[in-house]
Amino acid sequence: MTDSKYFTTTKKGEIFELKAELNSDKKEKKKEAVKKVIASMTVGKDVSALFPDVVNCMQTDNLELKKLVYLYLMNYAKSQPDMAIMAVNTFVKDCEDPNPLIRALAVRTMGCIRVDKITEYLCEPLRKCLKDEDPYVRKTAAVCVAKLHDINAQLVEDQGFLDTLKDLISDSNPMVVANAVAALSEIAESHPSSNLLDLNPQSINKLLTALNECTEWGQIFILDCLANYMPKDDREAQSICERVTPRLSHANSAVVLSAVKVLMKFMEMLSKDLDYYGTLLKKLAPPLVTLLSAEPELQYVALRNINLIVQKRPEILKHEMKVFFVKYNDPIYVKLEKLDIMIRLASQANIAQVLAELKEYATEVDVDFVRKAVRAIGRCAIKVEQSAERCVSTLLDLIQTKVNYVVQEAIVVIKDIFRKYPNKYESVIATLCENLDSLDEPEARAAMIWIVGEYAERIDNADELLESFLEGFHDESTQVQLQLLTAIVKLFLKKPTETQELVQQVLSLATQDSDNPDLRDRGYIYWRLLSTDPVAAKEVVLAEKPLISEETDLIEPTLLDELICYIGTLASVYHKPPSAFVEGGRGVVHKSLPPRTASSESTESPEAAPTGAPSAEQPDVIPPQGDLLGDLLNLDLGPPVSGPPLATSSVQMGAVDLLGGGLDSLMGDESEGVWLPAMKAKGLEISGTFTRQVGSISMDLQLTNKALQVMTDFAIQFNRNSFGLAPAAPLQVHAPLSPNQTVEISLPLNTVGSVMKMEPLNNLQVAVKNNIDVFYFSTLYPLHILFVEDGKMDRQMFLATWKDIANENEAQFQIRDCPLNAEAVSSKLQSSNIFTVARRNVEGQDMLYQSLKLTNGIWVLAELRIQPGNPSLTDLELSLKCRAPEVSQHVHQAYETILKN
Amino acid sequence: MSDFGFRVIQEYFLNYCPEFELFSPQKMIHSLFLINCSGDIFLEKHWKSVVSQSVCDYFFEAQEKAADVENVPPVISTPHHYLISVYREKLFFVSVIQTEVPPLFVIEFLHRVADTFQDYFGECSEAAIKDNVVIVYELLEEMLDNGFPLATESNILKELIKPPTILRSVVNSITGSSNVGDTLPTGQLSNIPWRRAGVKYTNNEAYFDVVEEIDAIIDKSGSTVFAEIQGVIDACIKLSGMPDLSLSFMNPRLLDDVSFHPCIRFKRWESERVLSFIPPDGNFRLISYRVSSQNLVAIPVYVKHSISFKENSSCGRFDITIGPKQNMGKTIEGITVTVHMPKVVLNMNLTPTQGSYTFDPVTKVLTWDVGKITPQKLPSLKGLVNLQSGAPKPEENPSLNIQFKIQQLAISGLKVNRLDMYGEKYKPFKGVKYVTKAGKFQVRT
Repeated sequence: MTDSKYFTTTKKGEIFELKAELNSDKKEKKKEAVKKVIASMTVGKDVSALFPDVVNCMQTDNLELKKLVYLYLMNYAKSQPDMAIMAVNTFVKDCEDPNPLIRALAVRTMGCIRVDKITEYLCEPLRKCLKDEDPYVRKTAAVCVAKLHDINAQLVEDQGFLDTLKDLISDSNPMVVANAVAALSEIAESHPSSNLLDLNPQSINKLLTALNECTEWGQIFILDCLANYMPKDDREAQSICERVTPRLSHANSAVVLSAVKVLMKFMEMLSKDLDYYGTLLKKLAPPLVTLLSAEPELQYVALRNINLIVQKRPEILKHEMKVFFVKYNDPIYVKLEKLDIMIRLASQANIAQVLAELKEYATEVDVDFVRKAVRAIGRCAIKVEQSAERCVSTLLDLIQTKVNYVVQEAIVVIKDIFRKYPNKYESVIATLCENLDSLDEPEARAAMIWIVGEYAERIDNADELLESFLEGFHDESTQVQLQLLTAIVKLFLKKPTETQELVQQVLSLATQDSDNPDLRDRGYIYWRLLSTDPVAAKEVVLAEKPLISEETDLIEPTLLDELICYIGTLASVYHKPPSAFVEGGRGVVHKSLPPRTASSESTESPEAAPTGAPSAEQPDVIPPQGDLLGDLLNLDLGPPVSGPPLATSSVQMGAVDLLGGGLDSLMGDESEGVWLPAMKAKGLEISGTFTRQVGSISMDLQLTNKALQVMTDFAIQFNRNSFGLAPAAPLQVHAPLSPNQTVEISLPLNTVGSVMKMEPLNNLQVAVKNNIDVFYFSTLYPLHILFVEDGKMDRQMFLATWKDIANENEAQFQIRDCPLNAEAVSSKLQSSNIFTVARRNVEGQDMLYQSLKLTNGIWVLAELRIQPGNPSLTDLELSLKCRAPEVSQHVHQAYETILKN
Repeated sequence: MSDFGFRVIQEYFLNYCPEFELFSPQKMIHSLFLINCSGDIFLEKHWKSVVSQSVCDYFFEAQEKAADVENVPPVISTPHHYLISVYREKLFFVSVIQTEVPPLFVIEFLHRVADTFQDYFGECSEAAIKDNVVIVYELLEEMLDNGFPLATESNILKELIKPPTILRSVVNSITGSSNVGDTLPTGQLSNIPWRRAGVKYTNNEAYFDVVEEIDAIIDKSGSTVFAEIQGVIDACIKLSGMPDLSLSFMNPRLLDDVSFHPCIRFKRWESERVLSFIPPDGNFRLISYRVSSQNLVAIPVYVKHSISFKENSSCGRFDITIGPKQNMGKTIEGITVTVHMPKVVLNMNLTPTQGSYTFDPVTKVLTWDVGKITPQKLPSLKGLVNLQSGAPKPEENPSLNIQFKIQQLAISGLKVNRLDMYGEKYKPFKGVKYVTKAGKFQVRT
């Protein structure tokens, strides 16, 4: 006989019959009846009408029957609160039962019944159970506090249960500790401010001890709790890591991933020079790989997390590429994730293997997967320059297959490859053009049109090709329409004679026949540009494009850091912070990685330990929120600068010529040089200097009125310049400047202005306006105002970068007559944000290895040779390496200036 | 399936209508639904409040989109809940959760539930679950309390709730006793929660199975793209009292990436490379390990293949031969080759020199049951492939999935040295068995 008999019903009306059986005198019959009721419940049938009858069966010494009734109660108590009260007496009695199993069962069930009237009666039994002699009862009671808190938080606080719960963290039984931690974490989550889990080294020690002894589930709770702790220094972080590492070998993957979270977080505090840091990195790889041999669902979650880990610390898995190779019978969700990670791990060392795999995948059956594989080939080309050629030829092979979606994906990525490597692979354009007719997806059509427009001068029939698209202009998607408009304008600018008709046609289609405001606006802009100033139009439309970055879909670093704190959670699966999707978002605390402590590196400058270090290392990603906010505020507060538009180049060049002679002397001495003599500016004399203090650049100006009339309405504007320097606030001269009066103004600058390469590089053209006229002058700024505070590279990175930069980018300089020793040099330079990464003594000479970073993210590495103790040799030798060699001579200038000041 | 608008209203009602349930955050698993392959919800269990079955519609929607049951994403978000599911033995275990929880925690737990059913009923099937629905309910209640896993060790559960046996149900119905244990399980709170106390056997035995599976991808030309060994040591321990065991290996260095059962003393392993443990009673997985260093992973078979489709013709040729490679002198047996043929294949007309083959024209799966390899005459399967006429020649090349088995061999070379028992006086019977199998073993063509 099996339980399936409980599902059979008679015609008479099931409920009616069950009622009779529940009220039977025979114990066996009662039990069978309750089982039938439970069976109905399991399939979602509503048997709440039987509530009083089932509750009547509760008082029994048969444990199985009692459990079944409790099961029923938990399901239906909420819908029958008045009836539920009938059960209270039995609960209270059961909490006193000599059998700990029954005591625990009673307190546990009571906690699950979410009826206010019952909770009142729960307090006393719960208090007893929290102090029960039996640990099984205590651990059950601990969870019950969390349940009760969920129903009535105030009650729990008033009754002092929270304190009792905190005491349980010191319980002798590890399971009790684990459950207390779990309960406290849950309560703390709903009350982020309550500071329930004030973790200190003592309690952490208790948790770590319990970690070794409690069940796997308890381990997860404890590890998640540990992850919220902030060790006071790197030594404590290391000792916690050491005690957590054995968990990496646990059979339960959730334990493993929670341990990984703790380690990833605390690693942040360890110095990379530490041997232990390297050991830890090595220990992290095997457990992560092992997660991939588990069930596919576990693999999926693991892969989503590995994706984060690989972005944060690529070195952990860089040798494990092969485990991410896709098997044809992996579920699709696993395949796509694996592919993503393969690209992240792709490097020059393994690119051949990766490409061979990707090519294999591109012939698979699953369309989504094939598309992603084709895109991946394009991403490889962009990421690993050496492989670009191989990638392009692979893509061409794939285009030859003529499989429609493969061709379209390939064209989309080839467009990106053209962007990244201009004028290199244009020979393939002919092949691409052959496939024009088969493109039916907007993205592919837009990509193809972009290619035709961009290389119009090399495609003989570019006008015909574009014209063919124009026929169905109104049926195209916006993306294609915009691209087509731009492409035809490009074509016109390149071959104006033959394509006048075409451009007129597209402009009228875009401006007159379209409802889309974006399209119309762009159309009008082009129209006006073309009709008023074709030369300017050419500069705008055919302007040199900024390079596209290597990694296209990296997670923004501050978000990445936050997500690392949430490894193993839903947030890590969705790659969104919990606040973004958790229901109600009630009081979610933003977590952040601990800052690296600077105990072992004495050379580190005090202000060079920013919390969001990674965000500063990658200049091309979105700036942290604070900055954005700052900008917005600036925009709101400052009245618009009412300066005149900058004059065209001829005027400015004149200014440069006029000032030409005086400029050289400006660099050498630090006194405020005269930038604009009074005779050239109708009596206004401007002199000034540039300074950098704690991260902000300012232009200290001295305005003198040497004319006979009062000057008012000052404004200042900069022309575009090499580093995007721009006034961060309007020029504020509060009172009118009377004759022979001088004001000193410190004008804050930022580096978010438009960028244009100047000659010389540090040339800055300035326009100043007052009530009399507009004046132009140009000046040179010392480059060290652009050296940022987080310009310190770590050693490995320095070595790697030094090797990486080609030798022809190295420049040698001599700094004469500088009788300083290494310490003095180092500290002097550091105050101007040139950081000493390492120091070496070779044959009596001191070698300093230094790094600095410019505001636009350009790194400059330096090797400085000093010969101490030899007064006759006071010359320093400076070697500079930089990916942008043109800055070297200006950096040398800066060295001179700093050291001799 | 109800229409979308209706479902949204229902969901809303459920969460915000005070008559039902005030929205309240719930740690961990809120509810569990068991769903069979035809989409019937045949069991639901709610740990807190009742969540309507309609929430599963989101799951069905995802299932429909995925086409193949194995491709249903394990984490699905709905307006008010998350659904985390696992697919086991043709059943979906769909859990409903409401707040931020570790998904691995949930997935591990769901697999543990399936394991427990398997353990209790001999199989994890809809029929077995329905036949034992009350025990299932009692088990689920025992395993999870307010989202906190309570007892998931088989040893402990069996003391709390006795597994069904024909004998017991007869005895119960005569004596009126129940299948619920009424004393606190002894292991529950000791430092060895995995073992019950008072175990007694007349024959004391300890068996270990070293099972290694080779995962490999072999490319067209026969070279190995990727290979690794997934090994496990499964134990069947029937020893009285509290035995303390030490298992040592001839070559423990092989094991550098290992996951342990909680019973193993990690420190002993770290310092002496010996597995020292007080075992759970019965069957359990002692360790699992991975050997990935390419030179340690021998590939026991090779496949010669030629699968070609002619352009503009409705037929193709198919020819595969299997032979032994590095088999350490052992017989390779239980060989099966499975091939997912392209969609345009209508039928296959093949002749095997050994074994038998089937081709399913609906799923396009070719299965060749080869048996064992005798090196004198290598098994082969040759013949013609019929394609849909007029369809373009298939672009993709099918991969071959190979299964095989080698008895008395651990392909990594792992060998148990000795097993010692402390803490008890009797002499147990000990045994170790080795077997190597193909795991995900694929040959690309």
